[in-house]
Amino acid sequence: MPSAFFYIFAAITLFFGVGVVVLRNPVASAMSLVGCFAGVAALFISLDAYFIGTLQILVYAGAVMVLFLFILMLLDIKAEAGKHTSFGMAAAGIFLALAFALQVATVLSKFTEGGRPLAATPLQLNVAAAKSAAGHGLPTITNDLKAGTLPDAKLMGEVLFQSYPFHLQIVALLLLAGTVGVVVLSKRDRGEKEEAP
Amino acid sequence: MITLNHYLFVAGLLFAIGLAGVVARRNILVIYMCLEMMLTGANLTLVAFSRFNLHDGLPDYSAQALVFFTITVAAAEVAVGLAIIVALFRTKQSVDVESVTKLQG
Repeated sequence: MPSAFFYIFAAITLFFGVGVVVLRNPVASAMSLVGCFAGVAALFISLDAYFIGTLQILVYAGAVMVLFLFILMLLDIKAEAGKHTSFGMAAAGIFLALAFALQVATVLSKFTEGGRPLAATPLQLNVAAAKSAAGHGLPTITNDLKAGTLPDAKLMGEVLFQSYPFHLQIVALLLLAGTVGVVVLSKRDRGEKEEAP
Repeated sequence: MITLNHYLFVAGLLFAIGLAGVVARRNILVIYMCLEMMLTGANLTLVAFSRFNLHDGLPDYSAQALVFFTITVAAAEVAVGLAIIVALFRTKQSVDVESVTKLQG
C-alpha cells in the first residue's frame, strides 16, 4: 500500500474525530463519527484485516450509528443553545488529550520494535500454505493460500470456531441479556400514567 | 515508509481526542459517542499489533478475534446505554450531564 493512502485515511479519521468533539449539534457529531469510523475501517483494511474492516463498517458505521441517530431524533435534541461549554472543562479536556498524546509519543519513541516498516513484514502466503497443507489446515484455506489470496474471513472463522467457541457462546448470551435488558429498561411501569403527547 | 508506530500513534491520538470529548462535552449522547471512539482507538492498536506479529506468514488472528469480541460487546453496551439514556431523558427531560446530580453529596 502506498504511504499516501495511510496519511489520507489517518487524516480523515482524526479530522472527523475532532469534528465529533467540537461540533455543537449532536446530529452533526454523529455524522462526523460515521466518517471517523469509515476512516478507521480503511486503516483496518490497509492492515490486511478485511473482515474486521467490513465489520467496522457494518456494525459501527451502520448499526450503532443508526441507533445513535434514531435516539437523537427520537429525543429531538437541539444543539446546546446558549449553554457554552465551561472554559475550565474545555481546557481540562485539551490538557488531558495533549498529556496523553505526549505520553504515547514518548513511549513510541522508545519502542524500537515498532520502527519496523509494513513493507518489510509482508504476508508470506506460500509459507502459510505449506504449513497449512502439512498440518491440520482446512482444505479451502490451504487452496486459497496456494492460489496466493488471503482468505481473511475463513481464517477468522477458523480461529473463532476452533479456538474460541466457548467465548463466542458467552458473547451470544451477553447479546441476549442486553436485548432483554433494553426491553425491560424501556418498558413503562404498569402504574405509570401515559404522558400527553 | 509506514511503520507500526505510525498506526499506534494514530490510535493514541484517536483515544486522546475521545478522552478530551468525554471530559469537555456535557451532552450524554456525545460523551457516549466519544467513548465509542476511544474503543475504536484500542481496536486499531490490536489490529496493528496483529498485522505486525506474523505467525507462519499470517497475521495473528487471535488478536483479530479479540477485536471481534470487543465490537460485539461494544454493540451490546451501546444498546443498553442508550436505553438508560432514554429512561433518564424521560425523568429529567434533559441529556445534560449536569442535570444528573442526585448522588452528589
